Amino acid sequence: MFDIVSFFPRAVVQSVPLLCGSTGETITEKSGNLNLGIPGIMYVGAISGVIGSFFYEQSLKASGSTINTFLGIAIPMVCSILGSLLMGLIYCFLTVSLRANQNVTGLALTTFGVGFGNFFGGSLIKLTGSEVPSIALTQTHGCFVHKLPLAAKTGWFGKMFLNYGFLVYLAIIIALIAAYVLRHTRLGLNLRSVGEDPATADAAGINVNRYKYFATCIGSVIAGLGGLFYIMDYASGVWSNDGFGDRGWLAIALVIFTIWRPNVGVLASILFGALYILYLFIPTGANAAIKEFYKMIPYVVTLLVLVTVSMRKRRENQPPASLGNSYFREER
Amino acid sequence: MDQRVPAVSMRNITKTFNSGAVVANKDVSINIYRGEILALLGENGSGKTTLMNMLSGIYFPDEGQIFVDGKEVVIRSPKDALDLGIGMIHQHFKLVDVLTATENIILGLKEKGKLDLKAAAKKIKDICDQYGFDLDPMQKVYNMSVSQKQTVEIIKVLYRNADILILDEPTAVLTPQETQSLFNVLRNMKADGKAVIIITHKLNEVREISDFVDVLRHGEFIGSLTTSESTPQEWTDMMVGRKVTLNIERPDPLGLPPRLKVKDLTVRSEEGLIKLDHVSFDVSGGEVLGIAGISGSGQKELLEAIAGLQVTEEGSVIYVEDDGTEEELLNQDPNKIRRMGITLSFVPEDRLGMGLVGNMDLADNMMLRTFRKGKSPFTDRKNPHKRAELIVKELEVVTPSIETSVRRLSGGNVQKVLVGREIAEAPKVLMTAYAVRGLDINSSYTIYDLINQQKQKGVAVIYVGEDLDVLIELSDRILVLCEGELSGILDARKTDKNEVGLYMTSLHGEGGEAS
Amino acid sequence: MNKKTKTPFFHIVKRGEIPRWESIMIHAIALILALILCAILTTLLTGQNPIDVYATMFEGNFGTERKTWILLHLLAVLLGISLALTPAFKMRFWNIGGEGQVLIGCMASGAVMHNWPQLPNALLLLLMLIAALAAGALWGFLPAICKAKWGTNETLFTLMMNYVAIQITAYYTIRWEVPKGSGKIGIINQASHKGWLPSIAGQQYLPTILVVALLTVLLYFYLKYSKQGYEIAVVGESERTARYVGIKVEHVIVRTMSLTGALCGLMGFLLVSGSAHTITTTLSDGRGFTGVMVAWMGKFNPIIMIFTSFLISFMGNGAQEVASRFHLNHSFSDILTGIIIFFLIGCEFFVSYKLSHNKKGKEE
Repeated sequence: MFDIVSFFPRAVVQSVPLLCGSTGETITEKSGNLNLGIPGIMYVGAISGVIGSFFYEQSLKASGSTINTFLGIAIPMVCSILGSLLMGLIYCFLTVSLRANQNVTGLALTTFGVGFGNFFGGSLIKLTGSEVPSIALTQTHGCFVHKLPLAAKTGWFGKMFLNYGFLVYLAIIIALIAAYVLRHTRLGLNLRSVGEDPATADAAGINVNRYKYFATCIGSVIAGLGGLFYIMDYASGVWSNDGFGDRGWLAIALVIFTIWRPNVGVLASILFGALYILYLFIPTGANAAIKEFYKMIPYVVTLLVLVTVSMRKRRENQPPASLGNSYFREER
Repeated sequence: MDQRVPAVSMRNITKTFNSGAVVANKDVSINIYRGEILALLGENGSGKTTLMNMLSGIYFPDEGQIFVDGKEVVIRSPKDALDLGIGMIHQHFKLVDVLTATENIILGLKEKGKLDLKAAAKKIKDICDQYGFDLDPMQKVYNMSVSQKQTVEIIKVLYRNADILILDEPTAVLTPQETQSLFNVLRNMKADGKAVIIITHKLNEVREISDFVDVLRHGEFIGSLTTSESTPQEWTDMMVGRKVTLNIERPDPLGLPPRLKVKDLTVRSEEGLIKLDHVSFDVSGGEVLGIAGISGSGQKELLEAIAGLQVTEEGSVIYVEDDGTEEELLNQDPNKIRRMGITLSFVPEDRLGMGLVGNMDLADNMMLRTFRKGKSPFTDRKNPHKRAELIVKELEVVTPSIETSVRRLSGGNVQKVLVGREIAEAPKVLMTAYAVRGLDINSSYTIYDLINQQKQKGVAVIYVGEDLDVLIELSDRILVLCEGELSGILDARKTDKNEVGLYMTSLHGEGGEAS
Repeated sequence: MNKKTKTPFFHIVKRGEIPRWESIMIHAIALILALILCAILTTLLTGQNPIDVYATMFEGNFGTERKTWILLHLLAVLLGISLALTPAFKMRFWNIGGEGQVLIGCMASGAVMHNWPQLPNALLLLLMLIAALAAGALWGFLPAICKAKWGTNETLFTLMMNYVAIQITAYYTIRWEVPKGSGKIGIINQASHKGWLPSIAGQQYLPTILVVALLTVLLYFYLKYSKQGYEIAVVGESERTARYVGIKVEHVIVRTMSLTGALCGLMGFLLVSGSAHTITTTLSDGRGFTGVMVAWMGKFNPIIMIFTSFLISFMGNGAQEVASRFHLNHSFSDILTGIIIFFLIGCEFFVSYKLSHNKKGKEE
């Protein structure tokens, strides 16, 4: 029998990096920036957190004290945010200030970010001269997966909905807030107009560059949290190179799949997450290869959505009209 | 002389584009006072819009100062302009298509509190009621007609309580009734003590609505007049400069049979507006048919339909071969027309965006028409190069080399390259759209000469122009378009500017309210 | 000074055409700055002085004959993929699906190689080539036809196609794994060398290098002198002009993207048949993406692209040497590649624009 109570939570934890990535990318794309550096940013978000807590745990070891939960969470969080923010700033400086091509910049950022993550993930121990066999931040992991006390008492409901580390809830809250802000606030309205038609937004007195910087940096930070979650919660604080895999690209797929709606992303990311692990729960017999086909489904479905949306030409569902273009006011 | 402080004073404004290659405004100074409507008058390309764009923060002046209420200001962005109470309604609407009217109107506002679309819609309704606009605040812009979009633009400015309003050719897209209600709004604003600038080139509207007229010509300020104390004749003289007899040579038409027969040509724009309404006419070889009309009256659609670039709704365009056989040109593409053995040359209005590739050099641009020739998979590069050299020599194109991208050339030289290429093909039909716009006198005459040469070779020439003097002196017949309809075909040798002007504005049918 | 109205210190204006030497200077300065930053970074991480860093890198590339062959092979593959992507880019079609187009080419030729080892070698190679070209062309055709028909966003479409290709490859890698449970196919036809491109003069990589050299020349002429190349340039510069002279824009888009896809497929074939002799999901190794950057930085000119791909290959290979000598992670090369690209694309700004100081308003 298909065990939904154990399947669902695993789909949820798979979904969080995707949700963070897609929420971040949606916000970014709404400003007209197609940031293909998201996969790299998520790596940097992850490794920055790892570096922060690695030093913290090393210092704990040296002094023999136990971990302080607040610092255990705050240090990697702050490091992760700073790392992702820096990546967002590089992207903005190149594409907004220097008007470099967004696709090329994004791809370079991904090359750089993934390399950065793997390099420090693989060389941190050597560089710091530490005497540990691998990066395993188990204490920090412990801080990140503090469960709600109710989880254990409420049976299947608790197992399915309450049994997660705080980043899961944070990711969902961020997605919902992002959806609300985009839809129902002045900030969101202005941002959407920048992505649709920067010349019009400019004429309406909106500082286009500031919005692009702002949205892209916030988006990067949110995406970076997805990377942090992956390491600190899902991967139990253990860094492995390329372990994060292609989740960054899947997050970009999710943006299209949800037609630029972060609130839909909450459920859609769980769906994508479910497809990622479905093979574990469906008897495949001797055919282990079939799981790779399941993993293809999100991309194929996203392609179908993309094509259908462009065929139906409903204006509300199109990508932001100026997506991928840089803006220069005096362009004639 | 005037002791009042102007609402806006622009002093010695200069603006150039392309590193000084194009001078859009040169040392222009104008004043606008509250409670007045100023008409900014000038021909196309005289720098009116550029000047106003500097006031609304789209462009930044190279030199000069701007004062608002006597204080010097720096307008770096549209936001700065709005903060100073300056609102501009652009000719090309600045609206976000996927948003509603309300969302567009409140876009960029810094109001406190949460976004309350309902309250904003209510306020918009109030403004509509006050001025008699008809608008659904919740309608998406992409579902709107052009005049509805303009309404949104105007309300956007009113909503912001702008007290200095700039309208760039607002009536070009309006019906007479809509124009009247717009003018009523403007009069109300004036009564409110707002300063209004209206860019236009319709003289009857200037007379009807404005208090003062400022005239620009070739980017320079020519003069300021009080509307009630001057005549349209004076304005026109200032716009076009001292009346010069152009002395364009006009050989007699060759009297050949019709080359093109256009019948009931009807074109609808993508928005569903009628751009051409059952237009019928013939053009013969060896004659120049001039086409006159206020800009946007269907000239572009007419030429593009004949060239096979425009989807048409109805009608036919028949090409008559020398032996009398007839062929339908409508809804073919330019390549098919060529393959039918018909050489139809077209000098489009947008020279660098359509006629030429700005980033390619002269030789490569020559190839645009000829690159398919021959069976080889490779292009012939020798002949285009030779042709480019020939054109440079014969038309005296000023260029550093044949390998210079055409974007680098000045307007006149760009046009010589384009016209040169089009006539090098020995066409049977030559169509030109605003062939001398932005060109200096010498270049213009080169173009006129080329057109006359073609005419004498038996080519059927269709010349779309905006300068009536030129049209009257160059053409054999003048076809006048008014709002997509053919309002008359005049004998160029017998008509005058006044008559053509009347046909352009459709005033000829209304009992001679001639100015 | 009293409270003066703020005049922006400078504003940005578009430049006219600048002399070629000035453009080269700007790029050279950017490259030197990037190399300096790379050296500083490497010094910080390894403690080696900057000159030694580059000496190590040089050794990593030219230290032994074998290392030089490896460099040449890396260069050839990257250049080949970049060249393959160029026609589409020149048309301003944002194809970032090179990764998938190469991989599906690998997959198709690998499948033929794996399934019909009994065929005569020449026929097998020919079939592998055809399969690779066809699969790549299909991967290029699909986004192009959707773009031409419905205006589907090609960047997002091609991006998704990468992962479809990866998952198909992943599926077959497990289907055909040897031994069972290893998750790897291993070297195909290890004993018979069926479907392997023959070595030339004892050099395994030479066939690939020669094919890419030929491709460079062909593509240079195709883009610069052929009628199709001319059409691509016109469509890329201005669709309106293209329509004005009767070029069928949709047709050109589909044709050009199919060509780009097929050439990527060819590179896939070369990877499988010429060097890897196996199929893995990482055969393309991100070069479908790097190729985008190489083509962009090379201004779609095959000759300049030789230089840009050499630069990237040299730095990548050199950084590997530095990393292995200091027991650092091999991803070090990606960091350096990223930095160089940031500088080189950032400096384009100074080619197209200049900062102009505002003249002070006339003062009394």
